[in-house]
Amino acid sequence: MDAIFDFFSANYDMITIVILSIFLGIEVISRVPSVLHTPLMSGANAIHGVVIIGAIIVMGQAAQDDYLALTLGFLAVILGTLNVVGGFVVTDRMLEMFKKKPKK
Amino acid sequence: MQNFLLLLSYLIGSISFIVGLKMLSHPDTARKGNLYAAVGMSIAIFATIFLYTDESGQHLGNYLWIFGGLIIGTAIGTMMAKKVQMTAMPQMVSLFNGMGGACAAIISIVEFKHLMHQQSSHDIGGSITQLLSTIIESVTTTPSNPKLTLLTILVGLVIGTVSFFGSMIAFGKLNGNINDKTLPAQQVVNIGLLLVIVGLIVVMLTGTTGLSLPVLFWSLFAISALYGILFVMPIGGADMPVVISLLNSFTGVAAACGGFLYHNPVMLTGGILVGSAGTILTILMCKAMNRSLTNVIVGAFGGNKTGGAATESGGAYKEISMSDTAVLMAYSKRVVIVPGYGLAVAQAQHTCHELEKVLEEKGVELTYAIHPVAGRMPGHMNVLLAEADVPYEKLKEMEEINPEFAQTDVVLILGANDVVNPAAKNDPSSPIYGMPILEVENATHVIVNKRSMKPGYAGIENALFYQPKTSMLFGDAKKVLQDLVSELKGM
Repeated sequence: MDAIFDFFSANYDMITIVILSIFLGIEVISRVPSVLHTPLMSGANAIHGVVIIGAIIVMGQAAQDDYLALTLGFLAVILGTLNVVGGFVVTDRMLEMFKKKPKK
Repeated sequence: MQNFLLLLSYLIGSISFIVGLKMLSHPDTARKGNLYAAVGMSIAIFATIFLYTDESGQHLGNYLWIFGGLIIGTAIGTMMAKKVQMTAMPQMVSLFNGMGGACAAIISIVEFKHLMHQQSSHDIGGSITQLLSTIIESVTTTPSNPKLTLLTILVGLVIGTVSFFGSMIAFGKLNGNINDKTLPAQQVVNIGLLLVIVGLIVVMLTGTTGLSLPVLFWSLFAISALYGILFVMPIGGADMPVVISLLNSFTGVAAACGGFLYHNPVMLTGGILVGSAGTILTILMCKAMNRSLTNVIVGAFGGNKTGGAATESGGAYKEISMSDTAVLMAYSKRVVIVPGYGLAVAQAQHTCHELEKVLEEKGVELTYAIHPVAGRMPGHMNVLLAEADVPYEKLKEMEEINPEFAQTDVVLILGANDVVNPAAKNDPSSPIYGMPILEVENATHVIVNKRSMKPGYAGIENALFYQPKTSMLFGDAKKVLQDLVSELKGM
């Protein structure tokens, strides 16, 4: 039992982040009009591209002669960047169309 | 100082994601929200490159490789995102999602090698009770306990891999390269695979077999890949957007695993945020189709397709000529256009807008009926019509327009099929039974534009086409609309 208490207090910050983020995600999304579902999905898609930070850390810590880690890390950085950049640009392209046109 | 700056950048990143998502949910602020999230992401990325230090205070190296990857990724990503047709949007989202999943899986693979290097596999053995106590102990004492790290790596690997392979299959299906396929006893196989995955993870953590960890690791990878493929393979029809949304939230969770692995707050918030938001979005989409999530996954769509598929083919339908259509529409009071995937494929949204203008000049009241999943993804049709300058007010959602069909003179269906199929309401054996539809059969006349009598995406016949009030207008949506516009202009 003590172990659980310890676990809780030691990781209090991480647990708080996870739980608050879950509620925040639910709260933010439940008010979206269905018109915006596709851009929103695409925007969220770009945000999980944050995984690229992990790829950068892997890459940056790889030893000079560890070719496997270097190659895989390099690949991961490219794929992560694709996710981030592609995601944001596509979302922007979609939303550009929602811009209110000046009345003629 | 440097560490402070790094954490500050991560905080800014997390806040920008939250604010960005919030702003994305309003039409007026959506574009700015996307931009904010992108700026926050850039800050977090560059802070990591220049400020991140490991336990021994060592900065990251290999800048050449990192920037090389960033530049190549940015170039390809921008090009793909700029060139893609608006109609191919769902595939694109699926593809980018897969890239994120692959990224998470690769991180797990490299970190696993890393862990193997540090730790001989013998150290990571023990019984389950030992495992639990070590996990709990470990987190309280040191963050880098091998078992906990291994667990995080494995979960990241499984989710990332499933997400990658699932997204690739979804991409192939939406792109038309892969057809729906169902294995015999598909559900049993899928559940079996899932159990094997969980079993392998437990075995690896407890070390109860003689097999070496790398062998188990690669088996886990292979089975996750197989599961990702088989999980998406049988799902088809209108359920595809739900699957993409679900895979989207999977990748979010995979990214959050990376956050745990590196104790990185911005990866954690970003990942969990997308994980929960994606799940809610998935549920909202299911609600729009009046189906439960389990129903989609275990689902009738792929599972028992034979039900309604073969019934009622053939039968008599009548065709209508271009000039008759023009006359019918010009002398109507209220016309409703139901756009579907066919319109999107034919790139006919601009011509459709032209038709709208011509008819309005003749005093016809015209609106668009937008089914929640029209165009294969919620909101996809709105994007396409917005591209063609159709004003918001003309787009009516399903609940709003359904009671109005009874007062409508002509309904023009452009390449939509499953979303107007009355079988969803009155044929319990149909695979799409229970999905809410646009009740077009209440209108006085129904004109259906299709390329042929072939069934729609869900692969089922539509009884609407054989009703006496329905007339068929065959041809490519764009061509038909162009002819219709010139016919109307000449009147």
